[in-house]
Amino acid sequence: MHEIDIKSIDELYADIPAKYFLKKPLALPEGLSELGVKKHVEALLSKNKTCLDMPVFLGAGCWPHYVPAVVREIVQRSEFLTAYTPYQAEISQGMLQALFEYQSMICELTAMDVANCSMYDWASALGEAARMASRITRRNEILIPKIIHPERKATLHVYVEPAGINVKEVEYNRETGQISLNDLESKISKETAAVYVENPSYLGFIETHVDEISQITHAHDALFIVGVDPISLGILKPPGEYGADIVVGEGEPLGNSMNYGGPLLGIFACRDDQNMIRQMPGRIIGLTTTVDGGKHGFCMALQTREQHIRREKATSNICSNEALCAVAAAVYLALLGPNGLRELGETIMCKANYAMRLLSKIEGLKVPVFKAPHFKEFTVNFDGAGLKVREAHEALLQKGIHGGKNVSEEFPELGETALYCVTEIHTEAEIRRLAEALEEIVSAGGRKSYV
Amino acid sequence: MFRQAAWNEPIIFTLGRAGRRGHIPPEVEETVKKAVGDVYGLIPENMRRRNPPRLPELSEPEVVRHFVRLSEMNYGVDSGLYPLGSCTMKYNPKINEELAGSPKLGMVHPYQDERTVQGILEILYRLERWLAEITGMAEVCLQPAAGAHGEFLGALLIRAYHKHRGELDQRKDMLIPDSAHGTNPASAAMAGFNVVVIPSDRDGCVDVEALKAAVSEKTAGLMLTNPNTLGIFEKNIEEIAKIVHEAGGLLYYDGANLNPILCKVRPGDMGFDIVHINIHKTFSTPHGGGGPGAGPVGVKEELAKFLPVPRIVFDGERYRLDYNRPYSIGKIRSFYGNVAVLLKAYAYILSLGFEGLREVAEVSVLNANYIMHKLKNVDGLALPYDEKTPRKHECVFSAKPLKAKTGVSALNVAKRLLDYGVHAPTMYFPLIVEEALMIEPTETFEKEELDRFVEAVREICREAQTNPEKVLKAPYNTAVQRLDEVKASHPQTMALSWRMYLKKHATTKP
Repeated sequence: MHEIDIKSIDELYADIPAKYFLKKPLALPEGLSELGVKKHVEALLSKNKTCLDMPVFLGAGCWPHYVPAVVREIVQRSEFLTAYTPYQAEISQGMLQALFEYQSMICELTAMDVANCSMYDWASALGEAARMASRITRRNEILIPKIIHPERKATLHVYVEPAGINVKEVEYNRETGQISLNDLESKISKETAAVYVENPSYLGFIETHVDEISQITHAHDALFIVGVDPISLGILKPPGEYGADIVVGEGEPLGNSMNYGGPLLGIFACRDDQNMIRQMPGRIIGLTTTVDGGKHGFCMALQTREQHIRREKATSNICSNEALCAVAAAVYLALLGPNGLRELGETIMCKANYAMRLLSKIEGLKVPVFKAPHFKEFTVNFDGAGLKVREAHEALLQKGIHGGKNVSEEFPELGETALYCVTEIHTEAEIRRLAEALEEIVSAGGRKSYV
Repeated sequence: MFRQAAWNEPIIFTLGRAGRRGHIPPEVEETVKKAVGDVYGLIPENMRRRNPPRLPELSEPEVVRHFVRLSEMNYGVDSGLYPLGSCTMKYNPKINEELAGSPKLGMVHPYQDERTVQGILEILYRLERWLAEITGMAEVCLQPAAGAHGEFLGALLIRAYHKHRGELDQRKDMLIPDSAHGTNPASAAMAGFNVVVIPSDRDGCVDVEALKAAVSEKTAGLMLTNPNTLGIFEKNIEEIAKIVHEAGGLLYYDGANLNPILCKVRPGDMGFDIVHINIHKTFSTPHGGGGPGAGPVGVKEELAKFLPVPRIVFDGERYRLDYNRPYSIGKIRSFYGNVAVLLKAYAYILSLGFEGLREVAEVSVLNANYIMHKLKNVDGLALPYDEKTPRKHECVFSAKPLKAKTGVSALNVAKRLLDYGVHAPTMYFPLIVEEALMIEPTETFEKEELDRFVEAVREICREAQTNPEKVLKAPYNTAVQRLDEVKASHPQTMALSWRMYLKKHATTKP
């Protein structure tokens, strides 16, 4: 203060009209010591019940997977954790290379050529993909499956509405859940910018007619957008091999914790096509060399697409993204490698199908609702047991088990149905406990006791 | 002298050896395996993966060493001064990391029964109340994942407001000052508005006459940063608010620069209708090399009904998620926000309290004015706009005189600063200042560090006059020297993934 010749800090605020200054303190807490903060927050968090306290069979866009210790160790390195976006490439090579490696691994996983270094989550990535497809094709309609996560659908609508893009839903086969090719044929037109499918679908089954869907889409010069759960791609065919032009997905399963739903990690990838690459949203890291050509290095590429250069003409407004979650995904994929990812896929699919088998033996339950292969999630219908999902889940909770997501209101045509998720973290004993508990609940029967 | 590690670390795909691995997934119990049999029998042939993904194959120690080496070639707030203007690179308290790393949060699923997540709901509910109090808003929504995401939501709320009043077809103009962050026009355009640029006046503030001329029955709103990107408080805010409101528009507050006015003055009291907050700036959560951050949005009462679902409500006994909001715009993402980030902000506010936050603001302003004072007489730098006007969180200098005299540009100064172990300021922004260097020291660097920075800038400007070649080729002490950014973006040479690189340069491997 002495050096800048002021007597009071107030002088530095003298240009602000006096009327705006707070007349009394705000209703905020008193400052606490570090120990005080720790005790306070831990006391609150201890009111939560977690997947460690009880088996939880929830998925639906955020899934419980094991995070290896190495991942947290690396993302807590403060050179990564406390850095900003790598605008100054020469002093940020570590982050840039880690993100380039993330992009490259996502390309290998999805069999695409280019990936950006993250979007906020799957839902917002889908919104951006639809807008990108519309810009490329100069068309204003996107076809989506009727079976889609309602939050993804809602986000998509909000993202595309200001751009004048319409969303139409394609019917599904009531037996198999698969997208109706007939309905797709009847709805696709010269207005269609893109056709979107998810694999595995929201309700857990594998969409198997992807080759036909890709063919129909491309025959109409529309783009094919595929949404994925990347952890399935050790064993399932990657979308790049069935004609996807843009791939989106949720990267949370790759080394990130659930954290009550955020942060997540939006995956975004496309083909090596200049027209597409120039329309991509988000940050992309490129491999380059030093100016003298002597050494390789990394920097942000194609910044002329972005808001800080192009302003209102940018491909997206995204600036901060989920970079550190992307680094976690890179570390995770490096740890697993192709064999680890394949084995993990087998493990998950095996356990989920084991759970399906046990539950399907319970009289009154229909498991799964659709005749189709399922990866890690599956539907359980309670109609035959005369139970509401709500009632069954209340009874489960009383037994210290958390059931799946109630989807009865989302898809009324499926009756009283819940979406269950089983991953590598669920043990045989926990799956058996679930089956036994459901059996008891169903045989205790009817609507009597659980409200 | 600063020396950054330069490992020449190979790209991970060239490390390791076939068959190696760093992690073994949990085993499947024998009975389970037997019951299910071969899982490939369950997958239709056309859907099986035939070609394994070409991921690297490394042992666990190899993975750790690779990424630790990469981290050593990176620079964060914990490494040293990071005066990146408008980014508020303040220290990130470690206790917050410890708390956010708790399995009591990490292992909680967003669709769990509300009775099993009362702790986190209480934290989020209280945080909403605190942020509303700090910004002077009625309600706050925590869902946006970043500042720009918050801006997009804000623009959508403006859209919803005008639509509700039946005026959306007419109100298509979003007014944005020429000093605004690039995200403002981009967010407005994404939400379907036409961007109308308002020039700044001689004081570096919104030109009020130009604003008066620009407003009309087409005006949807004005997006304003206050203090603005020059670090100058928009002193005519009362008149600006009046002009916009009388024209039927809404006033949007870009919260990127909230830090210097924390607990001093509030956007809500200045007439703003919507604000977004950059949690990863003002509320000290780490930027993670680009994210995750969080960009909560606060609104005045009449806009609250348009906020995304669900809203967290408290009935005096239990916290609940309320989806029954008929006027809601819907969803801008899945679930409820970047919760792990928000928890750190909760802990930050809890540790500082009202008085502590006020001190944060004051010291950040003191530091910025100290830097301005110390640099304004450096030969080669010019201080645009009145030097008598105190700056708030940041100050903007122009290296135009230096460039004219020596050929050394703002970019070169920035790159040379890296050699001193100081992160460069924001360059070439705001656009209204030529050769701009935008410096935001924040409250968490001591006088000695600020002096070190000032001395480094002074030395570089001196060096530019005596040995410009040296400055033009900087940096020297970083992991790599100047990179060819053109090559990275040129269609012939661009390599945006390892497979793209291999396709283009089959012979040389870095």
